[in-house]
Amino acid sequence: MAEVQIKPLTLNFGPQHPAAHGVLRMVLEMDGEIVERADPHVGLLHRGTEKLIEHKTYLQALPYFDRLDYVSPMCQEHGFALAVEKLLGIEAPARGQYIRVLFSEITRILNHLLNTGAFIMDVGATTPMLWTFEQRDKLLEFYERVSGARFHAAYFRPGGVHQDLPKGLDRDIAAFCDQFDAAIGDIETLATNNRIFRQRTVDIGIVSAEQAMALGFSGPMLRGSNVAWDLRKSQPYEVYDELDFDVVVGKNGDCFDRYVLRIEEMKQSIKIIRQCLDMMPGGEVLNEDHKFTPPRRGDMKQSMESLIHHFKLYTEGVKVPEGEVYAAVEAPKGEFGVFLVSDGSSKPYKCKIRAPGFAHLAAMDELSKGHQLADTVAILGSMDIVFGEIDR
Amino acid sequence: MEELLEAVSGALGERVLETVVHAEQLTIRLSRDTLIEDLTTLRNEGSCRFAVLLDMTAIDLPQRPERFEVVYIMLSPYLNQRLRVKVATDEFTPLASATSVWPSANWFERETWDMYGIMFSDHPDFRRILTDYGFSGHPLRKDFPLTGYSEVRYSEEQKRVVYEPVSLTQEFRSFDYASPWEGTSTLPGDEKAEDEAAA
Repeated sequence: MAEVQIKPLTLNFGPQHPAAHGVLRMVLEMDGEIVERADPHVGLLHRGTEKLIEHKTYLQALPYFDRLDYVSPMCQEHGFALAVEKLLGIEAPARGQYIRVLFSEITRILNHLLNTGAFIMDVGATTPMLWTFEQRDKLLEFYERVSGARFHAAYFRPGGVHQDLPKGLDRDIAAFCDQFDAAIGDIETLATNNRIFRQRTVDIGIVSAEQAMALGFSGPMLRGSNVAWDLRKSQPYEVYDELDFDVVVGKNGDCFDRYVLRIEEMKQSIKIIRQCLDMMPGGEVLNEDHKFTPPRRGDMKQSMESLIHHFKLYTEGVKVPEGEVYAAVEAPKGEFGVFLVSDGSSKPYKCKIRAPGFAHLAAMDELSKGHQLADTVAILGSMDIVFGEIDR
Repeated sequence: MEELLEAVSGALGERVLETVVHAEQLTIRLSRDTLIEDLTTLRNEGSCRFAVLLDMTAIDLPQRPERFEVVYIMLSPYLNQRLRVKVATDEFTPLASATSVWPSANWFERETWDMYGIMFSDHPDFRRILTDYGFSGHPLRKDFPLTGYSEVRYSEEQKRVVYEPVSLTQEFRSFDYASPWEGTSTLPGDEKAEDEAAA
């Protein structure tokens, strides 16, 4: 039989494809079923967030952070709030810090639930997605009760959080924690040992530890490759150093490890949430220095001073001393950093957002080389890509 | 902080042009000519080992002769320390690409080019990344207007998306919120006071 020459094929993946997790256009050069080169084209969701922030006061800039990675909004507000606090030299009061940690971990569960559900669906199973969304809705209800919005919360402010927890919320969060283990157990029994799921994910998209660091990975993508690097442990912010939790690491750095790692991280988050609820002190939730944080509504009705502070903060904004600062938090997807440059006015001179997904997606070519077309979908799913933060 | 300062100055010595410590964070300035050599030292030297390039960006300062400051944000997981490296350049002088030091620099440099128009030599795949296909200009420069230059709409006649120059229904307003308590000494409309002051 004559030798058959297969023509190399260029395949356009996306930008409108459910497995692309948003608007990713990927140009794949294929040799039959095998990917030879992957060239992700990003920027279809580019909104110029960084430019917009330069034209807003610090408080007005905050809600943009909800809209970056829209499945883990509060963690990103956290990064920005910490950066502004570092420039101002203020801190959140103890109760505010506990509330922040509590909601950071709720956000982590929110994010990982969406990712595991979507990832399992990417490789073939529909049911877990429905189950994770049931749990997500319960958590989004907590978001709504605390901030008034299910997604775009604008709850973490420089100096603390906007409002105290409403009555009874702590009890309901505790009740959520009690039923969550069983819900996660259901998903695990369906997926973790499922033959099809394992065939699609084990040994797919392997990253070594050195490779992961050189590629700028962080979060589950780095820990999946057996690097115990978690900012909550190594550079603790807020009250993480007082809490007891474990850093989960993977062994082989493949898609399956990253999935298991996210499941285990959710269990650790539940542990942190329980401790936060137990240890939470009373007191203020927002820094009391009203040169930086708005006064309470009730005070404004009584005191001239508070009224002036309120007026000044909501028109002119806070004047932030000159300087530059980089603040990072362990967001569910990895290290989310904010590099802020202030020129002494009430608007940031420059704000650079370090999105974890950007570095992850940049490695798509390296990870998917030599894999089959269907595997690129698994790799993409395990990277936890959200275009809001990558395109900014 | 002292340990980090010692480690960095031990590795680079005289090549560090300036060190700034602000909010317990270290920033050093390096020369453009020996940039790649120095970055490689920072990554490989046993006392530093900045193995992760977390991010790269630039600061636009149009009043300076060399208007851009390119910032490399790096992390050493071994020391548990962060470092920022700054290099000055302008629109016309390319910097050497750091892709040979950290592969992650690839997209970061593309983004810096796209947003600021800073060139990098020897980059393997030097294209725009975030802006639209066929975009012109560099949006994060301070002289680029917030509203941009072109807008898109779907044209019913041509049955496709068309690009047009931006037309604003309302002029762009930039409020400077300057405090009336500190800014002006005379009230608006109080010309009499001004005349008296002049006389």
